[in-house]
Amino acid sequence: MSINATPAGADVAADAEQGSGRHAAVPAQRSNRRTKKTPLSENKRAERKLGWLLCAPAALVMVLVTAYPIIYSVWLSLQRFDLRFPDQREFIGLENYVTVLSNQFWWTAFGVTMLITVVTVAIELVLGMGLALIMHRTLVGRGIVRTAALIPYGIVTVVAAFSWKYAWTPGTGYLANLLDGSAPLTERASSLAIIMLAEIWKTTPFMALLLMAGLALVPEDLLKAASTDGATSWQRFTKVMLPVMKPAILVALLFRTLDAFRVFDNIFVLTAGSNETSSVSMLAYNNLIRGLNLGIGSTMSVLIFITVAIIAFVFVKLFGTAAPGSDDGERR
Amino acid sequence: MTTDPDESRHRRRPRVRLAATAAALTLVAPLAACGAGESGGTPTLNLYYPPEQNLQKVVDDCNQQAQGRYKIAYRVLPRQADDQRVQMVRRLAAEDTGMDILGLDVTWTQEFASADWIREWTGQDQADVEQGTLAGPLETARYEGKLYAAPKNTNVQLLWYRSDLVPEPPKTWDQMIQQAKELKSQNKPYQVLTMGAQYEGLVVLYNSLAESAGGKILSEDGKKAVMDAGTVKALEQLQRFATSGVTSPSFSNAVEDPVRLEFQNGDGAFQVNWPFVYPALQEANPELAKKVKWARFPGIDENTPGKVTIGGVNMAVSSYSKHPKESFEAARCIRDEKNQKFSAINDGVPPTIEKIYADPEMEKAYPMKETILEELKDPAVRPLNPAYQSISTVMSAYLSPPSGIQPQQTADQLRKAIADALVSKGVLP
Repeated sequence: MSINATPAGADVAADAEQGSGRHAAVPAQRSNRRTKKTPLSENKRAERKLGWLLCAPAALVMVLVTAYPIIYSVWLSLQRFDLRFPDQREFIGLENYVTVLSNQFWWTAFGVTMLITVVTVAIELVLGMGLALIMHRTLVGRGIVRTAALIPYGIVTVVAAFSWKYAWTPGTGYLANLLDGSAPLTERASSLAIIMLAEIWKTTPFMALLLMAGLALVPEDLLKAASTDGATSWQRFTKVMLPVMKPAILVALLFRTLDAFRVFDNIFVLTAGSNETSSVSMLAYNNLIRGLNLGIGSTMSVLIFITVAIIAFVFVKLFGTAAPGSDDGERR
Repeated sequence: MTTDPDESRHRRRPRVRLAATAAALTLVAPLAACGAGESGGTPTLNLYYPPEQNLQKVVDDCNQQAQGRYKIAYRVLPRQADDQRVQMVRRLAAEDTGMDILGLDVTWTQEFASADWIREWTGQDQADVEQGTLAGPLETARYEGKLYAAPKNTNVQLLWYRSDLVPEPPKTWDQMIQQAKELKSQNKPYQVLTMGAQYEGLVVLYNSLAESAGGKILSEDGKKAVMDAGTVKALEQLQRFATSGVTSPSFSNAVEDPVRLEFQNGDGAFQVNWPFVYPALQEANPELAKKVKWARFPGIDENTPGKVTIGGVNMAVSSYSKHPKESFEAARCIRDEKNQKFSAINDGVPPTIEKIYADPEMEKAYPMKETILEELKDPAVRPLNPAYQSISTVMSAYLSPPSGIQPQQTADQLRKAIADALVSKGVLP
């Protein structure tokens, strides 16, 4: 689905609502579209109207397929509704929210999810930037380098998770054998470290891909000029490249944060949530699908939705205020 | 790209037609499938059952016996119990008519009955099932005094021990720990191997200990969480075992098959596990198999033999089945005396009909049948409650890791968590 014709802001909101970082919109096109405060010319206005018209069918379909489930799960979250006790279904207001928010399992899972999100996204940003620079600057065998770097991202998460699992299982795994006999997936700290390692290994290429698109934004002349002025390569990186790339970095961070917050597959395969390694998505799955408790499970889904919305909101606000290539960038 | 509107329309037409045909077919196909089932005379009964290698032979046999009254199709469920349950539950909640006969783990029967997903067994069907079936397994098929399933096979864990290291099998867990410690000090294989990961297997172990100590997890009617003194004693025992230094290092993450492998490699002196380990051992390590003997599950105190948790599969008929009469008949055929004996000998699943244990053919395939029968007559049934899945999930969370149990405190936490789970109030970990 193409949403590049959308007016500024609308697609950001759409991305956030969809909560899926996998549809790689090209951040490079974003920087020139910030026209918020300048008065609109006749031409611009017509263009904007056309933009709305073009995206209307897609937006309508999206509202239909996303709004109904969202509203339905909010409705379910206000009920005591367990599939095993169909006669006991009743409206109980916010009681499910009280139950979930005062429960230690929920907060443990929330802490684990936050930890995984923050650590993996931070490390992925650094590694992804390095990888992007390498992919951008490679002179020999550019295609091969880029393809090789993207392989982990091309492997299905569950498959990759299984290979990590076997690698860390004593007896069958080459990695566990390096640790002479201890079983790292039986302890909490080492399990979490392995989950994060698997996540980082898998999604750093995605981060690198988004950042590479940002790198293409940096004009070669600008770097040459800085170089002539005597800037060191570190200064060129921090003072020239980073500011110009900022929108791309923020988009990459937003996508990855939303993605990381919904971490499920790796945990499901690697530990199945034992030793307090459940994420909030795991917990929601356990209550909804295994426990058949539609009330509590939907409450968790709604809480996850709210958290994701808050993350997206913070990022979108960041875009609005701090991104170059918006007002300042346009006037430059 | 073409600019001529007419041409583009021409080009598109075949594709439109194709799409329309496809759409029409999609709509009609399921109807056609239904029609075939109804009008063909012989209804097809879909049997959803866990993987069992030779069950297809039983099914073929029953199909032949039915002489066109029905035709059973064996649909193999996933290997993991959780995946089996999730698939059935999801489809039953959607009132799927494509499932007729269901192979349920014994602990799901009450859950499915309470949700009205399976039919009560009545009349001749009921009488036939109750005739000659062992009381323990039959108990797992009842809900609120009514029969909702037919026990197809049962299962109990045994104590397997190395007769070259242990002359006399221990009667209690403490004796077993003591014997293992002595072996350890003599630098012989000493480990006591059993399942301790955070999953159903840990709950099975704890339930056996609790019942052996005379404890009650739930009240008699299954409506209240009790967790009495006996259950605290069992918690003490489990904690003492886990911290005694005679378990495997991976005890807190061990499930059935890794435990079997560890014992097969000669690491352990004792193993508490299901009977499937014995044929596997004979195949993989015949030398060791000669030294291995079996005994009843150890108890808590010397004068009361241990009680052991019953596993196994019950067969139920879906409420959404379009052919209930035939389904009951087919389920009865699959679990009848002849077929249960066949499954016991060929697939190693212990029968639920008592008479079969006396059959001379069982002697060779089932040398441990006497011990199994003895345990089955004095069983520990897991709490029979529709919310069992939730109870089990919270229990395994509080019991894991077993070395971290603080008996009285853990019992209090469990009582509260189980009470919440009973009314589907609490959060599952």
